[in-house]
This record gives sequence, structure tokens and C-alpha cells, in this order.
Amino acid sequence: MKAIAALILVLILLLAVYLGVDKGNQQYLFGVIIPYAAIAIFLIGFIYRIVSWTRSTVPFRITTTCGQQKSLDFIKPSKIENPSGLSGVIVRMALEVLLFRSLFRNTKAELKENGKLVYGPDKWLWASALAFHWSFLIIFLRHYRFFAEPVPSFVIGLQSIDGLFQIGVPVLYITSFILLAAVTYLFLRRVFIPQVRYISLMTDYFPLFLILGIAVTGILMRHLFKVDIVNVKELAMGLVVFKPVLPEGGIGFVFYAHLFFVSVLFAYFSFSKLMHLGGVFLSPTRNLANNSRFKRHVNPWNYDVKTHTYEEYEDEFRDVMRNAGLPLEKDK
Amino acid sequence: MSEDLPKSEELAKVDYDPPKRDWMDPTVEIRRGNYNYGSNPKSAEYLDMPYVRKFDPKADDWNLPDNWKQIVLEGMRDRIMKYRSFHVFMDVCVRCGACADKCHFFLGSGDPKNMPVLRAELLRSIYRREFTTAGKIMGKMAGARELTPEVIKEWFYYFYQCTECRRCSVFCPYGIDTAEITMMGRELLHLLGIGIDWVTTPAANCFRTGNHLGIQPHGFKDSMDFAADDLKDLTGVDVEVPVNKKGAEVLFVVPSADYFGDPHYFGFLGYLALFHEIGLDYTLSTFASEGGNFGLFHSADMMKRLNAKLYAEAKRLGSKWILGGECGHMWRVLHQYMDTMNGPADFLEAPVSPITGTRFENAKTTKMVHICEFTADLIQNDKVKLDPSRNDHWRVTFHDSCNPARAMGLLDEPRYIMRKVCNHFYEMPENTIREQTFCCGAGSGLGTDENLEMRLRGGFPRGNALRYVQEKHDVNLMACICAIDKATLPALADYWAPGVQIGGLHELVGNALVMKGENRPTDLRSQPYETEEEQKDE
Repeated sequence: MKAIAALILVLILLLAVYLGVDKGNQQYLFGVIIPYAAIAIFLIGFIYRIVSWTRSTVPFRITTTCGQQKSLDFIKPSKIENPSGLSGVIVRMALEVLLFRSLFRNTKAELKENGKLVYGPDKWLWASALAFHWSFLIIFLRHYRFFAEPVPSFVIGLQSIDGLFQIGVPVLYITSFILLAAVTYLFLRRVFIPQVRYISLMTDYFPLFLILGIAVTGILMRHLFKVDIVNVKELAMGLVVFKPVLPEGGIGFVFYAHLFFVSVLFAYFSFSKLMHLGGVFLSPTRNLANNSRFKRHVNPWNYDVKTHTYEEYEDEFRDVMRNAGLPLEKDK
Repeated sequence: MSEDLPKSEELAKVDYDPPKRDWMDPTVEIRRGNYNYGSNPKSAEYLDMPYVRKFDPKADDWNLPDNWKQIVLEGMRDRIMKYRSFHVFMDVCVRCGACADKCHFFLGSGDPKNMPVLRAELLRSIYRREFTTAGKIMGKMAGARELTPEVIKEWFYYFYQCTECRRCSVFCPYGIDTAEITMMGRELLHLLGIGIDWVTTPAANCFRTGNHLGIQPHGFKDSMDFAADDLKDLTGVDVEVPVNKKGAEVLFVVPSADYFGDPHYFGFLGYLALFHEIGLDYTLSTFASEGGNFGLFHSADMMKRLNAKLYAEAKRLGSKWILGGECGHMWRVLHQYMDTMNGPADFLEAPVSPITGTRFENAKTTKMVHICEFTADLIQNDKVKLDPSRNDHWRVTFHDSCNPARAMGLLDEPRYIMRKVCNHFYEMPENTIREQTFCCGAGSGLGTDENLEMRLRGGFPRGNALRYVQEKHDVNLMACICAIDKATLPALADYWAPGVQIGGLHELVGNALVMKGENRPTDLRSQPYETEEEQKDE
């Protein structure tokens, strides 16, 4: 039900761009104003969220330790899973951000008929998440060719690796299909794994459909309804230098659908769980070294609390302490 | 209680399929065997808690204060600013579900609200509604819910079905730590005068008498004399147990169950025998007679209030540093909170073992050393004579306690000791030990009799792994380094792996320790060691 609601929402977006561009001739709105607005909302929203997180304090070192601590010389510490200093934290965070280390640990618990619980490795979520994020990143970087003249060499390099198999004209990019497959898998697991379906919100399905829409329109435009690439670049270059012009001769509807979906994704980003992109760097269980016993850490809001002092304690128990032969501070 | 308890074969039939009812419906049925009794008003009052009243979780009306909603929302706002963990964890979850089958309470109960992701969503849904744009505009579509008295009941039920063990946090791609969520949830409930007695009364006792059990100084002294007599009977050696001794080099702090509980006590005898044998200049304290800290299960303020006595007492007695006994959550507080909360302890010195000369660099600012670090160092430097065959009647496995494992990384020190003090040591399966260890199901104040069914459900994964090594290797002892484990694992073992005993690591050390002038026909439990004939029979 929530998945259907999300799908309908994406279809409404598609209808909006269709009516707007094909019927209403609102190319300037969809090609210039909305993209600008989306980027602005994204930048402001993203920065706002990061600043608001960093304004919250980190009173305690609550590292989740996933390996042996650094203690005695003859016991080998796990420098990455339980970092004791900055370099360990950097490697731990790099593995987390670039390779999804924690997700790699994933197991699946299974309760057998005989009442035995067994745990097996489960790498599907890790693999699909990694495939999804990395192909998305490469595709994102590939698009840089529309925004720069001459096209930078790293983009050309990426393109040639991505199109290694030289299938089709224009060449099929591997990442396009990896992205499509990974997003589809991530969607299907939400629907078919009962627990994951139970916890999924409309806002979990919506970005999946939106990204699926972006991927499909992108692939369609490259391989099926070929749009005028020169015109696309003209529009893109104009946007970059803040002198937007709508190219003469126009660009097909599929392009506007693609651009509109991307704009919605950007605009939606900072209001949603997609902010995990920034949040992953700020998680105190991962980005702090486990050094709280050898490096003093100050809580910025540490305040005094009411305690029970030894003097109060001895005052209450002086007689029984004396009778038990315990030494006293004040014996009167 | 126990007569209503289903048989273990029945309890093991867990249905993991979620119900039809949407999770946003907060209605809960507070079921017998699955919740803890409310705080005793006297204890709550002693701790200056707000809105003290008689609180029965089963009552329909919880008598919330008139402005309860405002209290909760202001409490949330305050904590969002104070804890980046809380703030970020409220925002970044993508509900991938990797945490779902990592929680022992979910694995044992099948209740979807025991999946860490949903436990957090109980709070997040309110956060979204009140503190985020998307939640305000899109409401339910964005996972936002209204805060109602039913939600408060739901929070109570599920934030006291989490032992703050942090296993989910190991698997979360963003390191979201449900312990943080539960701690915030419990703090918010305490603002409304809602708590459980097995947290509040021990905390009140601890505040007054220095320990959770409420043992007064003369009672403490008696226990120490009693322990010395027992050791004399068991080993033939006269052992002195110093109490409140000024100028002792080391202040030794243990969880109070160590000198009052069974099987903790055998490990306590182990400490005393060890310290006697190496000639450690140390003292115990009647005032700092508790290293454990039920304040951790209550609120950050309460944790700080109870923890303060340790540094204060070390200062009063003129000790150089503090040594801490076997206890899980105690070590979470000592390791991750103590120096920040109540330091700097600049009146103490960086810990140096007076026996080996080893400087504990890893504890140089907190000035607190874990007994396993201390003992492992002694053994490595050949300062104690050990006869591991005295533990041959035990076939041992080791249960990593949640907090030393996931909030310290104290994993190989106990194993190093274990291999030196016993000959038959077997690990449980790898997904159930070290940083992936499963909780006893009764930590964080949930170890009560009235909560037994839920404890045993939560203990199911641990019990299962224990049963595995029992069947495979004839394991008959699960050693651990946590007072709550020692108090609650016996019931778990009796239920899920009958025949396995529970003991402390330093009980095994005490058994293996060869003492000068000893006459030891039995182990510390007064059981005979396995004779050579028996070994040949096998």
C-alpha cells in the first residue's frame, strides 16, 4: 500500500512534467527555474542539516568497539575495528563510507525446526547497497561531461571504463544497468522480506521509485528516444554559467522528465533519510577513538549533580562503623 | 511466576512474521512475565525524582502530570541539543533492516517492536512529527505519529525490553546505537515519574549506603570477615581483607553482588586469594562498596551521582589508583563515562602494577584498571604459580559480557587468562561471541523474577549457543566477567541448557592459584578436584 502510494506520487510527477512541457510549453520552468530552485534547496538544506547536527554536542565517547582494545603489550589490538587514535578512526570511517564495512558483517538468523538458531552470512544487502551507491556515484560523475567544455579527462576515462564492453551505439554503460538492477533488488527486498516490509514507510519507497525513474528515463533517452545531445549540453552549460538559454529546436520530453526527477530528488534530499550521506560521517559510535581511559574528554555541558558525600555517609553510620571497628574520620 | 512459564520447547517456537496491525498503532498489552514493576515511591523520593507516585504499569490510568506532553517534548528538545548521537540517530536511519535479527529480544520474542529499527521508530515517529518539516507536512506518510498517553505506555514496555547491549550497533551501517535511544527514552519517562523498581531502588540504596544491595558498613565488614574465614577453611591460608584502609596503594572496587551473590562469591574469594598471594597493598571500601551503577539504566545524571563516590573515596583514602572487578555495565561507566563525568582524577597516579612494574598506559587518565588486565599482566610476567589441572572438573566456555565487549573491546585479556587457568576451554559459535556476543537478556535492570518470561526469551540466542557447546564438547561451566550475568545466567542455563553452571573468571583463577602454605582438598565451591583416576576413566 505504501509502495503503491509512492509509485503514484512518482507517476504524478511524470504527469506534471508531461502536461507542463508537452502541453503547456513550460520548458523554461522545467529546464531552468525548477533545477535552479532544486539545487538551491539542496545546498541550503544540506548545509542546514549538517550545521544543526554539529551544533548538538558530543558529551561522551561512546565508540562501539568491534575488536580487541589496545591494552597490554602482549595482546594484539584491532587497530581498525577498535581504533585507539586518529589514524585508526580515519581508516575505520573510510571502510565504513566507501565499502560499507558494518553492512558486510550482516548475518541472517534462522530458526530451525528443532529449535536451533543458526546464523549464516548474508551479503546480498551489502552487495546491492554497494553496487547501487558506487554506480550512482560513477553515473553522477559521468554527467560532468555536460557541464564542462572541453570534457575533463577523468570523465573520459570513467566513460571508457564504464563502456568497456563496447556494446551498442551509443555504447551501453555498465553502471546504468547495475544501478537499475540494484535499485530493483532493494525495492523487491522491501516488498518480499516480511520484516522489512513491516518497517518500510512510504518515504522508503518514494526515493527508490524516483531513482528508478531517473535511471529509466536516462537509459531511454540515450538508447531509444535519442535526444539532441548538443542542445542538452547547451542548456547545461548555460545553467552552469548562470546564463540559461533554452536551445533552439528544443529537447525531447524524456529529457525533461529525467531532469525533473533529478530536481525533485535534489529538492527532497535534505528533508529525508537520504541525509545519511552526511550523517554517516557524524555517528559518534564510529567516528570516535576508543581512548576514553587514556585521553581526557570534556563534556561541554558537564554540570554538578547532587552527590552523597563520605561525610554524610559517616554521619549516618558512625555508630555502627565504630562498633564494627572501622576507622572513622570524626570519632566523637 | 515459574508455574505459568511455558516449557523451553514451547518458548523456542518463535513466530517472526509480523502481525497485520500497523506498527504505528501504539496499543500494548502489558503482559505478566514480560514487564517490571514500577518504582517504589520511597526510593524515587529519596533520589529527588519528579512526580513521585505509586505507579502500576498494569493500571489503565498512569496519572501523568497535566503538562506531560510539554515535559516530554521539552525533554526531547533538550536531549537533541545535548547528544549528537541522539540527534543523528533520529535522522539517518534508512530502515534497511540489517539490525532486525540481531536483537536477542526479537530473536526470542518475534515481536516486531523488538527489532532495533522499530524500537527506535517508536521515538523517531514522535520526533518527526514535532521536530521535522517533512513529518509536520506529510504526517503519517513520512512516518510521523502523534504523542498520546498510549505512546508513553508503549515506550515503557519496549524501552524496558532492551538491555542496552549494543549488538545492533555493530551491524548498523551508520552505527546507530539502540542503547542511546533506549537511554533517552528512559530519561524521558523518568521526567514523568515513570520508572521500574529494580533500577530505582538499587540506585537509591547505592546513593545512601554505597551499594545497590543496601548493605551498611558493618554488614560489609562482616562479609569480608566471613570471606576471610571461608578462605581459611578452603585453602588453609590466613588472608587479610583490608577495609577502608588509608594509604593503601590500590582501591579495589567490585560490584556488590560479588560479596553477597552466588556464584559471584567464589570469584570474590578468587580475587582475595590472588591479592594475598602477590602481596598487593590494597583496600576495599564500605563507602565505595559498589562499582556497578544502576544509574546508567536510569539517566546520565543518576549515573554521575552514583559514580562520584569512587574518585572521592580514592582521594579520601589516599590511594594511587583504582582496580575494578568483574562487572559489565560497571565497566561501561568506568571506561566511557567516568573521567568525563567526574574527572579529572589528578590526585591519583597513572596506574602501575606494584608487582610487575607494568604501567597501564591505556588507563593513564581514568586511573582505573580492569582486573582482567591486571591479572593477565601478572600471569604474563610469571608472578603467580598456576595449576590449571585444578579446573579439570570444569569444561568451560566463555560468555563475553556486552559492555566489556562492545564498549571497551576487552576480548583477549580474559581469554589469555582462561587458557592459563584451565585445560578445557571451548568457544561458542563465532556469531555469538566477542563483539557479536549475545546478551544474557536481563541486563540494564531487567533481571527481575516478574520479568522472567521476557528474560528467557531474550536469553534464547545465548542459551542456544550454550546448548551447542554443551552437546558438542560437554561444557559444564560458562565463565563470564559480569555481575548481572552471574545473577541471571543460572536461570537461563537451567532453562535452555540444563546442567551448565555459571562462574566468574576469577573463580577459575582462584582454583588454579597455587598459594604458599596451602592445604586445598577442594575448589572454591568446596567441590573435590577431579582425581587422576577419574581422568583415566574418560
